[in-house]
Amino acid sequence: MSPPVAPPGWSRWLVPPAALSVHLAIGQAYAWSVFKPPLESALHLDGTESALPFQLAIVMLGLSAAFGGTLVERNGPRWAMTVALVCFSSGFLISALGAQTEQYWLIVLGYGFVGGIGLGIGYISPVSTLIKWFPDRPGMATGIAIMGFGGGALIASPWSAQMLQSFGTDHSGIALAFLVHGLSYAVFMSLGVLLVRVPRTAQHAEGRRTGGQHADPGPGALTGVQVSARSAVRTPQFWCLWIVLCMNVTAGIGILEKAAPMITDFFADTSTPVSASAAAGFVALLSAANMTGRIGWSTTSDLIGRKNIYRVYLGVGALLYLLIVLFGDASKPLFVLCALVILSFYGGGFATVPAYLKDLFGTYEVGAIHGRLLTAWSTAGVLGPLIVNWIADHQKAAGKHGSSLYGLSFGVMIALLVVGFAANELIRPVHARHHIPAQRKGPDADDAARQQSESA
Amino acid sequence: MPTTPHDSSQSPPERRPLVAFAWLWVAAPLAYGLYELVQKATQLFTG
Repeated sequence: MSPPVAPPGWSRWLVPPAALSVHLAIGQAYAWSVFKPPLESALHLDGTESALPFQLAIVMLGLSAAFGGTLVERNGPRWAMTVALVCFSSGFLISALGAQTEQYWLIVLGYGFVGGIGLGIGYISPVSTLIKWFPDRPGMATGIAIMGFGGGALIASPWSAQMLQSFGTDHSGIALAFLVHGLSYAVFMSLGVLLVRVPRTAQHAEGRRTGGQHADPGPGALTGVQVSARSAVRTPQFWCLWIVLCMNVTAGIGILEKAAPMITDFFADTSTPVSASAAAGFVALLSAANMTGRIGWSTTSDLIGRKNIYRVYLGVGALLYLLIVLFGDASKPLFVLCALVILSFYGGGFATVPAYLKDLFGTYEVGAIHGRLLTAWSTAGVLGPLIVNWIADHQKAAGKHGSSLYGLSFGVMIALLVVGFAANELIRPVHARHHIPAQRKGPDADDAARQQSESA
Repeated sequence: MPTTPHDSSQSPPERRPLVAFAWLWVAAPLAYGLYELVQKATQLFTG
């Protein structure tokens, strides 16, 4: 399948909703917890077993993004979005069959394995295309899409809960809910498949043919430093950025993982204890901060630069953790405010990283490089909860209570953020030996021109 | 006429209904999610 090239007059403002239709759908993954209690009672599972489909899906997300990135670059965003649609939706359909026949392994296979491939390919599918359409505002463009991944859970969580309430929480009700999810998401994601286009580079090709000196390269043309995915993973810049993302995500998970019990424990011994419903409200606010941080901070990075915005995420993030440790239990507004800003940095870190990659490695294979970098997310997804839960359990066993349960965890988070800050400081422009030679850019441009003439 | 970063930043008139439809397609469920979120988040101050 050749990438779909935009016909004359195509608006670039059609590409962000195309990307959002995919990201808002696959963001459902973070609402898996809605299905856990019904599955546990209907299929007699324990908590660990009911978490398996989600955990496998996240592992598959990382693996498919890392290994499928080059295919996505080669075949284009429409191919990638089609694969994401088919995998994500059929994952639900297989799960529906599993729930109906009470075969739990089918749910793990469907939602976790097949659906997880859809998550990974879908996550990276629009990134490269958005950056090419918005070379002037890459942070804003990828921020819109990646905000959708955060927003997906906001939609799916109440929607799935209402559906289970209507259909029932026995195995047939769950099966029907899975079926409706699969079909609805297939329809919803089809907008992305139909609308996504890669930008034209016809003027560039025209300029090359005529030897024109003033030809406008167009938004899809390769300009500036370009590094292939294969070369990028051999650069220290890639691994510094890997550490930056891993540390930033781990620090965010430090709060996300135990948000509800954390705010309850912090103010348990004060005159203003936090109720269970207020703690649920706090968790909802954190989701909002995570989502708005994705679009807000990523857009800001277009103005102040990628390195500076990561200095803010990591440096200010560490200071905010310190504020919580020192004064968090003295003031509820201070605690809430610090946690919200930390979570907005967590979301911002995800959304800004594609633009950072574009700055360092160019747009040549930025989607594939982004896919490989997402292994940092998978690592942080395991590392973060492990650190926070392990430390909290040991502190509890040591007889600590209230805010002192989290002092050590937050100390570790500050240390991780400092490591990330140092890694960000070490990032320099990529050495010229990693750049792709000029003659390799040529066939690419010619190829793009040929594809445009085919679709025009 | 090939598209350039400058002229693609504004939608041509014939594409505007499609742009509006596409944004509405994604904004409607997002608005529902945000509404539900606000309902829950207010519990922090009232709960």
